[in-house]
Amino acid sequence: MGEAQPVVVIIDYGLGNLFSIQQACLQAGVRAEVSSSPRALELADGVILPGMGAFGDAMAALRQLDLVAPLRDFVDSGRQFLGICLGMQLVMSESYEFGLHRGLGYIEGPVVRFEGNRPDGRPLKVPLIGWEAVTCPPGRRTWQDTLLEGVAEGEHFYFVHSYYPKPIEASVVLSWSQYGPVGFCSAIEHQDITALQYHPERSGSAGARVYRNLARKLTLQNSIRARSHGL
Amino acid sequence: MNLRVIPKLDIKGPNLVKGIHFEGLRVLGKPEYFARHYAENGADELVYMDAVASLYERNSLLHIVEKTAAEIHIPLTVGGGLRGLDDIREMLRAGADKVSINTAAIKRPELIREAARRFGSSTIVVSVEAYRTPSGGYEAYTDYGRQGTGIDAVEWAVRAVELGAGELLVTSIEREGTGLGFDLELTRRIADLVPVPVIAAGGAGTPAHVLQVVQDGHADAVCLASLLHYHCVTLGDFHDGDFQGEGNTLFLSDRGRGFSKIQGTPLADLKRLLSKSGVPCRV
Repeated sequence: MGEAQPVVVIIDYGLGNLFSIQQACLQAGVRAEVSSSPRALELADGVILPGMGAFGDAMAALRQLDLVAPLRDFVDSGRQFLGICLGMQLVMSESYEFGLHRGLGYIEGPVVRFEGNRPDGRPLKVPLIGWEAVTCPPGRRTWQDTLLEGVAEGEHFYFVHSYYPKPIEASVVLSWSQYGPVGFCSAIEHQDITALQYHPERSGSAGARVYRNLARKLTLQNSIRARSHGL
Repeated sequence: MNLRVIPKLDIKGPNLVKGIHFEGLRVLGKPEYFARHYAENGADELVYMDAVASLYERNSLLHIVEKTAAEIHIPLTVGGGLRGLDDIREMLRAGADKVSINTAAIKRPELIREAARRFGSSTIVVSVEAYRTPSGGYEAYTDYGRQGTGIDAVEWAVRAVELGAGELLVTSIEREGTGLGFDLELTRRIADLVPVPVIAAGGAGTPAHVLQVVQDGHADAVCLASLLHYHCVTLGDFHDGDFQGEGNTLFLSDRGRGFSKIQGTPLADLKRLLSKSGVPCRV
């Protein structure tokens, strides 16, 4: 039973490039199905919530597809959840993108817009598009046993975003990054929820490691579940 | 705030080509080989531009995009001849992370809004191709630099961002392929007016030109072709010897000699040099 290839469902709610995420999963040995059906979540070992675009539109699409409650059930069942980019921001309680919007609310805290000036006084360009360093936040000693295990401190990942999450609980911050004068939380981990602001599937070999870590966690999770079911 | 250095691969049929002022295309090799080389040597993204953009050759480009996206895990922008939402969707399905649009957007600016709404603003790069006018302004061109529009390029750039462009690729057609340096004024005028990142393209002949367009032109990213390709062709064969379709392959046989304005530069050397000169890069 535990030998079977783990299956993740990549949630297709009409936003984001799913192709590269699916490729990255396959290359890490994870079967990835693209789906927008609540039913698919029941059978999945893991869920990836991707996303590009506006927060409000994304929440409206998730509601329209009746995915909000099934996602909550999935997260409560203790299976691996990975949010990427907008999919990271959606796990927060609220966002200020084009008005105030409620999020999925797994993590307490708002999503706010980049504001500030570059060192030379010109305003920061928004969105941030590019490769920035990802570091261990103050107060966290290691990335061991997380999806960032084996990633070097200061490794660069590819970012595309205008807003960033500000979790209230510092302990959920998995990585920290800097855009001009703004330091921001670039990854979150809380129980079986991991959420990354950057795109590991577009971040070369460091990103591939994140997907391999996901594959390992899913395999481990499945063997524990199989044992607890007496199989 | 790392500067993005983005190799641009102009594609004609199955081949990587390069011209001057977008004309007189020479065959340099197979795009896949160049793409792999750049990805392994620190490219922050790649741009594929369909130099012919005929319907006839679209399938060939889709195939190259599919192969590249599966093999290379850095962002890929594809442009050239995308006419509407269906073309864009098809390119994104093939594995492109972003698309670049010019001609179709100038013909119908609402396409930018619709595409940004449908695929996300950061997926839509508007390519502004400009010629300097005698009065010191800039005119927007379409169709790979072949067709004047009478539209002010700077005003058009601002409008494109208002409509939802996530970033702008700004090319000086006059400088394109010449190695004479970027049009700093064009880049700076647009970069200082728009809140989104501006990628400068057209004219880089030396690493100093790249430094200039960042420091004086206020570019947020640079798109480079000849400067990088002309180094690559000295490394060995980036082709399989079978050149389908027509194309001037003379350039390959003399390994790029005779283009003295362009100082072929290894990507990794360029990024190290920029970093040392105070422009941080991912090295």
